[in-house]
Amino acid sequence: MSNGYDTENSVDLAPGDEHVEGGVGLRVLGYLTGLALAILLTATSFFVAGTDLVWQPSIPVALIVLAIAQMGVHLVFFLHITTGPDNTNNVLALAFGVLIVLLVIGGSVWIMANLNHNMMPMDQIMQMQR
Amino acid sequence: MVDATIAYPHSDPHHLRGLEASGIAHSGPASKRIATGYGFWIFILSDMVMFSAFFATYAVLLGQTAGGPSGRELFDLRNVAIETAFLLASSFTCGLASIAADTRSTIWFQLGMAVTCIFGLGFLTIEGREFASLVARGAGPTRSAFLSAFFTLVGCHGLHVSAGILWLLTMMAQVFAKGFRPDILRRILCFALFWHALDIIWIAVFTVVYLIGSAA
Repeated sequence: MSNGYDTENSVDLAPGDEHVEGGVGLRVLGYLTGLALAILLTATSFFVAGTDLVWQPSIPVALIVLAIAQMGVHLVFFLHITTGPDNTNNVLALAFGVLIVLLVIGGSVWIMANLNHNMMPMDQIMQMQR
Repeated sequence: MVDATIAYPHSDPHHLRGLEASGIAHSGPASKRIATGYGFWIFILSDMVMFSAFFATYAVLLGQTAGGPSGRELFDLRNVAIETAFLLASSFTCGLASIAADTRSTIWFQLGMAVTCIFGLGFLTIEGREFASLVARGAGPTRSAFLSAFFTLVGCHGLHVSAGILWLLTMMAQVFAKGFRPDILRRILCFALFWHALDIIWIAVFTVVYLIGSAA
């Protein structure tokens, strides 16, 4: 137990605290791993956005997948959200947050695209109002 | 094994040894550190829900340029890459500062926080210059619905970073004046959560706003 809190006898862990056996070096190594993965994913994102090597319509999907992967890396290596039993509360709160975020973004984009699709072109509306 | 399960269907097939052994039944209320951290975690998640509304607005209004400039003409991806690097590096040094706080090492903590602050200020400087140049080119938030959404979303993230830097300086001062008291350590935990969460939101910003926005 290197971070000095009573994590051994406790059922839960505060979000951001990590449960590690080993010294400071191991914890720094965790952050370094996270940093390396994040740099790799960010570099890939910027590369994919500017390249002609892949099929163009797939680029937005690829970017979103890379972004979600990088968020996962940050959650695991920087925020120390794990699947362990001491993290159940933190993960459940996160899952609820993700649900609301997906509903808000997905719902808005879906319904607005649908409305756009069903709306008459602007010049025809102008004509009808005359 | 099969015989035992049939013979004692309600005994303890998964060897959980009851609530007593699990330690859940008598552990009492959670420590203050857990309660504070968890409460702040809920705040961060609600902050992300607020950001999701701004992201939805931006995604819907991406094409509504009202004849004005689009993202492809406005965004400078080199600047965005530097901003991303600054914020990622600051997230890393913030993590090092939290390790230093856990090991009660004042020098490393102040050093880590100072470097975090410098990276954060570098990020804000580049973002401020980008906003100023957009406004100077006649692409301010009043130009089109697309630019209103852009300035609201990216500006809101920038405001969060500014608030984070003020908080960071406060924590440096409090550790300097009061040392690593338990309440100060709880605030450092919350600050680290806040700063890492800002970096997570920035991932969404540079992907959705800049990379996808300049392709559209």
